[in-house]
Amino acid sequence: MRILLSTTCAVITALGFSLPASAAEKKTLTVYTYESFVSDWGPGPKVKAAFEKTCDCTVNFVAVADGVALLTRLKLEGASSEADVALGLDTNLIQEAKDTGLFATHGIDTSAASIPGGFSDDTFVPYDYGHFAVVYDTQTIKNPPKSLKELVDGDPSQKIAIEDPRTSTPGLGLLLWVKSVYGDEAPQAWAKLKNRILTVTPGWSEAYGLFTKGEAPMVFSYVTSPAYHMMEEKTDRYQAAAFSEGHYIQIEVSARLKSSKNPELAQKFLSFTLSPDFQAIIPTTNWMMPAAKPAEPLPPVFSKLAQPAKTYLMSPQDVAKNRDAWIREWLGAMSMN
Amino acid sequence: MLTGAQRRQGLAAGAASLTAIALFVVLPVTALLSTAPASSSQGGFFDGYTASLLRFTLLQAGLSTFLSILLAVPVALALARRPAFPLRIWIVRLMAVPMGLPVLIGALGLIGIFGRQGLFNRLLAFAGVEQPVSIYGLSGILIAHVFFNLPLACRLMLSGLERLPGEYWRLSASLGMRPLAIFRFIEGPALARVIPGAAGLVFMLCATSFTLVLVLGGGPAATTLEVAIYQSLRFDFNPARAVALALLQIGLTAVVLFIISRLPPADIAGVGEGRASRRFDGRSLLARFYDAGIIAAATLFLVLPLGAVVVAGLKADLLKLITMPAFRQAAFTSLAIAISAGLLAILVSLGIIAARAAIADMRHPPRPLKAFSAALSGMSSLVLLVPPVVLGTGWFLLIRPHADVTRAAPLLIAAINMLMALPFVMRVLAPAFETHAARTGRLGASLGLSGFSRFRLIDWPVLARPLMMALSFAMALSLGDLGAVALFGSQELTTLPYLVYSRLGSYRTNDADGLALILGVICLALTALGTAGHRRQT
Repeated sequence: MRILLSTTCAVITALGFSLPASAAEKKTLTVYTYESFVSDWGPGPKVKAAFEKTCDCTVNFVAVADGVALLTRLKLEGASSEADVALGLDTNLIQEAKDTGLFATHGIDTSAASIPGGFSDDTFVPYDYGHFAVVYDTQTIKNPPKSLKELVDGDPSQKIAIEDPRTSTPGLGLLLWVKSVYGDEAPQAWAKLKNRILTVTPGWSEAYGLFTKGEAPMVFSYVTSPAYHMMEEKTDRYQAAAFSEGHYIQIEVSARLKSSKNPELAQKFLSFTLSPDFQAIIPTTNWMMPAAKPAEPLPPVFSKLAQPAKTYLMSPQDVAKNRDAWIREWLGAMSMN
Repeated sequence: MLTGAQRRQGLAAGAASLTAIALFVVLPVTALLSTAPASSSQGGFFDGYTASLLRFTLLQAGLSTFLSILLAVPVALALARRPAFPLRIWIVRLMAVPMGLPVLIGALGLIGIFGRQGLFNRLLAFAGVEQPVSIYGLSGILIAHVFFNLPLACRLMLSGLERLPGEYWRLSASLGMRPLAIFRFIEGPALARVIPGAAGLVFMLCATSFTLVLVLGGGPAATTLEVAIYQSLRFDFNPARAVALALLQIGLTAVVLFIISRLPPADIAGVGEGRASRRFDGRSLLARFYDAGIIAAATLFLVLPLGAVVVAGLKADLLKLITMPAFRQAAFTSLAIAISAGLLAILVSLGIIAARAAIADMRHPPRPLKAFSAALSGMSSLVLLVPPVVLGTGWFLLIRPHADVTRAAPLLIAAINMLMALPFVMRVLAPAFETHAARTGRLGASLGLSGFSRFRLIDWPVLARPLMMALSFAMALSLGDLGAVALFGSQELTTLPYLVYSRLGSYRTNDADGLALILGVICLALTALGTAGHRRQT
């Protein structure tokens, strides 16, 4: 059995050392972000290359699962975090993030940003945005809902897959959208919509997987989702339904940390996120709308996307204050038979 | 018959295993509790919401366990009766695949068959049924849990039946026993020894189910405690609540396991190896048709969703996926973690087995040692209930001030996977080691064989197979686990399931299907390796 013991030790040690250590000669800017940002097809590699050209530094991305996990990670690390910049929180997380006291005011000029409905903050800098939308399969749905009301009151045999507001940001987005449109009537709306809901998934990936597999003809996603299918798969089978009440918006933001050892570099990076170069990368890699004017005009398919007539956005304070109560309300309405 | 030194060694090994597990679980929980932010303690802990979660968790896990076990019995009986059934070993091997698949992929496979647009509903539509039958809700959860757990229960039962000595069958044949009598006197008691262990394992797996329950549950009425634990740690960052919920989950399941273990005489069950013994019963045409029908139905239930995974996977550009650097790196990381987790699980299991053997060897073990033995048994299965997200977050807190978390992450994931695999590895190794010790202990001692020569001459030839099998079992489990990787996240550390999810998370469903297929094939290959040479043992 001693052989087994030593083999195990050897394998474990090898496992511990198999990861390369990062060389640090130049100044390093550590950016915490979410996983899809840094994937091969995401904006990460291009952003890194473009910023390194201007800064004589190395950009080091540390990626966690999503925006929520990003904030959790920063909370866990507290003031001793390696992070200079956190990129990938959204507006609903801003209040919670500010309450941690970990973030520094940005102190840069954000006048280049132009976001529907407007957004400005002394700490968080927007870098892209997307309106939530119901995306449908044109092969199954011939008369897509034209408003949230039509979605709620429509044919219950045409199903939609949605995300859970307890575990995902789009799920929370739909909750806030319904609340914005229906106000105190939201529970009744949910009780009706419930019959059209195929299932409530823990995250966006599961719901979208059900949708592209043809199991659900509608899914709760983004106005920009069809752009991916049109550009990468050359098909306009999947479209977003424009709702007459308007759409709820998700704005993705970044900020620098108080504990950063490279405050100027971090500030420079925040300014860079609003530059035309950065903004040109976003649309076809992150599949979101640029927050400022990109260096090149948007690809033609973006002009085919649904144009929201009105933008809903609740203040981060309201969301932070009411989220728990509204989720309880949602649970109650959705669990009724 | 152990010498005093052997007994002491055994106890020390057991104590080391127990301490290692306890530290690995208790330290992070303490770390988590001590950093709990003072804020965000909304309302009481045990409110109506928690009560409803508890109710639903128990309901779905209880029903899932009942169905999985009930349906596994005829399948195991039929497989045991038909040692020469065509492709039998591959049917048994295939039963290991659901366990090695990322849960979501299995769920999508099931939806491909039982979903609204699935094969089943298309057949119904063809037959003239207009409204599709919806599986979303409790029925969907049950179908999925039976899909994942019936094969496991079946393998456990099959090995219980296969361990029966060949003389039983010869004797029953010469006595002219009828099928009912054979079931009553031979098969029934053998199953009764295996079922409590199998049921306990299945219950734990179903009670901690998360993604399946949400995706197939159809709405928030179907929510388990595990969902709430994940929510309080990942979304609300309320460690106190997460730990309290986890303790509730562990305590509750411990009670259920205790009740299950009290029912019939408990015995540790091994996992089916596809070994065949000669049977003389069931020669009639009707019996043959019945068994073939049962095996075919179970195989179909297993193969159809897996087939849906294969069909979806073949649509992807597999060659491109395999040649991608990201795939090679993820495969390397996954395999390295899996083999470490497997070896660790075996090592810890051996410690536990040695200690239990040392205690069982005493004619009148003192009370503290009896308690120690019970603690070893309980610990080795209850670890399955500790939510990985709790362990991961706690260890992150512990390690960060002292070392680079990215560097330690693979080790942590391997250790977390080791905990998950422990109950399974124990069920493979314990019966094999106990039988082996009973057969060879005295002889080896009288020959004065010990140390390496004993290992080489007596132990290895017999124990190599169960060890390989346990390793392949643990590796398959570890390969399919998404686990805590997401929390540590860095560009260097991606595993195969992580790659699958990251493709799903950025519109690339096709790639995800392809990667899942590759993952399934790797799992099947591992199981084939782990059960290699079993056919010769007829």
